[in-house]
Amino acid sequence: MSKPATEPNPPTSALHLASEFLDRRTTLDKVRNVLHRYPALSPAVVLVIAIIVFGLLNDRFLAPANLSLITQQVAVVGTLAVAQTLIILTAGIDLSVGAVMVLSSMVVAQTATQNGLPGIVALLLGFIVGIAAGAFNGLLVTRLRLPPFIVTLGTLNIFVALTLLYSNGATVRGSEMPALLTWTGTTFDVLGVRISVGVIMMLVLYIVVAFILGKTAWGRHVYAVGDDKESARLAGISVNRVLMSVYIAAGAVLAIGAWIQIGRTNAASPNAGADLNLDSITAVVIGGTSLFGGRGTIWGTLLGALIVGVFRNGLSLAGLDVLYQTLAVGVLIIVAVSVDQWIRKVRK
Amino acid sequence: MTLTNGTPAAAPESSLSPILEAKRLVKTFGRVVGLDGVSLALYPGEVLAIIGDNGAGKSTLIKCLTGAEIPDEGEIFLDGAPVHFKRPQDARAAGIETVYQNLAVSPALDVAANLYLGREIRKAGILGSVFRVLDTKGMRQKARQGLNDLGISTLQDVTSPVENLSGGQRQAVAVARAAAFGSKVVVLDEPTAALGVRESNQVLQLVRNLRDKGIPVILISHNMPHVFDVADRIHIQRLGKKAATITPQSHSMTDAVAIMTGAATA
Repeated sequence: MSKPATEPNPPTSALHLASEFLDRRTTLDKVRNVLHRYPALSPAVVLVIAIIVFGLLNDRFLAPANLSLITQQVAVVGTLAVAQTLIILTAGIDLSVGAVMVLSSMVVAQTATQNGLPGIVALLLGFIVGIAAGAFNGLLVTRLRLPPFIVTLGTLNIFVALTLLYSNGATVRGSEMPALLTWTGTTFDVLGVRISVGVIMMLVLYIVVAFILGKTAWGRHVYAVGDDKESARLAGISVNRVLMSVYIAAGAVLAIGAWIQIGRTNAASPNAGADLNLDSITAVVIGGTSLFGGRGTIWGTLLGALIVGVFRNGLSLAGLDVLYQTLAVGVLIIVAVSVDQWIRKVRK
Repeated sequence: MTLTNGTPAAAPESSLSPILEAKRLVKTFGRVVGLDGVSLALYPGEVLAIIGDNGAGKSTLIKCLTGAEIPDEGEIFLDGAPVHFKRPQDARAAGIETVYQNLAVSPALDVAANLYLGREIRKAGILGSVFRVLDTKGMRQKARQGLNDLGISTLQDVTSPVENLSGGQRQAVAVARAAAFGSKVVVLDEPTAALGVRESNQVLQLVRNLRDKGIPVILISHNMPHVFDVADRIHIQRLGKKAATITPQSHSMTDAVAIMTGAATA
């Protein structure tokens, strides 16, 4: 800005002092600045280190069969975490992601088997259920202005109950379903690693969402709404419309997750998704997305989901009890959120 | 310039017609009378300051002009045509841009993204129309251009997140956004309230630059030296009414405070 005439230039000694002061920033500050600029960097570093360490601990860890297993274990949580990322970016949280996914998967499986609908129609119904569930959450958040935590805590229970009422608690086996429904579980070879269609679907979903978040006005508005709702509103963004669209998009993603889940487990079980809501939040948080909204990337979430998968798999290969896996994930969450807090203090 | 009292303000140059004009605005909140028949005229190329004690009706007046409140009575004219704003977006669409006291910027987004927030430009061709891809490069270039036009040289890096900027620079982003979209009027609500001396001076210079570009500015401020430094005319509100419209030449700061507090009449 051009200086007004009333204000003289600061003497050079002061400038010199100022630059010296800036130069005195520690290496730690520089690290923090870089992490602030590239939020996916810290989970990427953690993932690489984890892979190297687990690879050294056990030869079987890097074996193609094991890598294939990890990708398949990550596919469902990774997909749910896409929906969770969208919502957390708006400074919300969705405790109902697992319940919506299970409800959708039961609707797909039941309508295809008991009602004898063609697979494509059953999937379409699953999509409609996912979108309706998302819209329901969105309406409660935008119209009743309830906190997303409370809304989805309530709908979590509602959707779980609806699922059990609808399915009578019975599991539908994959062998009874049309082939299209379990297609997501079929695998093919990529350089010796068996990759399932579900994993590919998840990756495509990440690419599409990364494009939308990074390159479109809608994506930018999602960040703006999560960053500061009032600022977004004053800038002319319809905050409620953005929130509504985020919850609906999340519902659609969860329906894709339902399809991947059916293929992965070769079944549709009403009791399948109990921990998936928390696991998806874990992936998002470890991936460097801020629970306060407005900060984070979808690729960080993929890294977060992979970190959780790698830790669980690596620790179990190292012969540790499953309890230690849970312990490790817990520590990871605390560390990730602490790092996020520390990064956010940058230049304040 | 002439001093007026009560009736609509006289033009600084009588040949010009006002860009924005309000006639006998009334706004009540239950039994409280926020505005009691206030008239105001803003002419091309001027900075009009609005001062007044707390509760004098400054904010209500501005909210009526910018669509945040709907006046109970009275008329508002923009370029001579009557307008009826129902929402802030209506006023913005008509060309009245407001920079709010709490700075409507998104801290995590970069400078260029903030300048174009809510009115992003898409790429030309199929990428923009079908895939709705943003023209990030173009927006950054135009943002740089717009900042240069306003003489904001400290904001060269339009890719830096707004949270990394100083208070004055953030204010500059907010003002630049208001000025960037062919706006007819820019309203600044307490733009220097949270700033230090040096940054305040930068923002005041920015206000002058805006005026020199031909965009008239309405400035709400509590800071008398700032008002007298930058304003061409000063509208004084008192108890929901216009107490006077003065100029920095016709009255001293002491006079203005006296009129504001009712110790004197203009």
